[in-house]
Amino acid sequence: MSKNRELPEVNAGSMADIAFLLLIFFLVTTTIETDSGLNRMLPSTSEASTIKEKNLLRVSLNSNNELLVENELLDIKDLRTKTIAFLDNGGITKGKNHCDYCKGDRNITSSDSPQKAIVSLSNTRRANYGMYVAVQNELVGAYNDLRNREAKRLYNSTYTELMSLYNDSKQLNKEKIVLKEKIEIVRSLFPLKLSEAEINTK
Amino acid sequence: MSKFAKKKDGELPAVSTASLPDIVFMLLFFFMTVTVMKDSSIMVENTLPNATEIKKLEKKDRVIYIFAGKPTKEYSNVYGTETRIQLNDKFASVEEVGSYILAERAKKPQELQNVLTTALKVDKEANMGLISDIKQELRKVNALKVNYTTFEGDAFNNLQ
Repeated sequence: MSKNRELPEVNAGSMADIAFLLLIFFLVTTTIETDSGLNRMLPSTSEASTIKEKNLLRVSLNSNNELLVENELLDIKDLRTKTIAFLDNGGITKGKNHCDYCKGDRNITSSDSPQKAIVSLSNTRRANYGMYVAVQNELVGAYNDLRNREAKRLYNSTYTELMSLYNDSKQLNKEKIVLKEKIEIVRSLFPLKLSEAEINTK
Repeated sequence: MSKFAKKKDGELPAVSTASLPDIVFMLLFFFMTVTVMKDSSIMVENTLPNATEIKKLEKKDRVIYIFAGKPTKEYSNVYGTETRIQLNDKFASVEEVGSYILAERAKKPQELQNVLTTALKVDKEANMGLISDIKQELRKVNALKVNYTTFEGDAFNNLQ
């Protein structure tokens, strides 16, 4: 009897149901996490520098959650322009520290060059974290605006575009080296000197 | 009655569902690969602030998380309503942050130990006092790279 030896075919009709069940499980448990934020470096404990008062922009938050720039009240919406004016000042008119790409006021009482300029951020314990992040955001934004401007002038594309190109995984290694160089140059024109350390002034 | 009688003209042929399992499996594999299982449940209120100048945290294995905020409703009658720090699955004091970072760092492979980032997931209503304390602790253990984790959005919305 040959008929008995034949194995019956397994019914695969319920396969879809099983797959659906698993699919729904993973759909429910999935959290596509959005992890992005402001990257900052904390000062190391040994760091203590002495700089000229005019090269320092003091930004602080008081306990009423108000923003003080150089001990004067300022609306946070004006912080970005204020910071750009400070960084872009270029107070030294000649010599090796002269900043020939700066477009600021060349005010002698403000910062010498972007390389010298330091933004110092401090806060009281009562200040609000949301406000603090907003201030950080505006300060980093000021740097990014200036870097965008310089990258546009030198390479005809903004700094953020260069960065996103560099971080693109499809980019070839050879081009990455070129991009890296460009990014380094733009960064050196406006180095991010945003300090949260205690600073002494001369 | 012939066996091979023609079907009636009006009848539509049934759509074959034989490839349905394949499609579903494809979706299943997609979700299986993108799924990140939550390793700790958040016990604090965690409405992150907004910011525009943000960078993505690309590599998950190089990040240590610190949460802070007011305890959620189910914990508030035990732990109060003051802003607290959460490390892994439990509330912690400021002094524990340093040893937590060192312990987490020791767990990571040797070559990553110098490039770790500490992601601060802090509720936007939190006081800066606690954040300053955390930052002091991080400076003590030389974990200087921090990321203030935020949502993408207008930073001025934080002020309300």
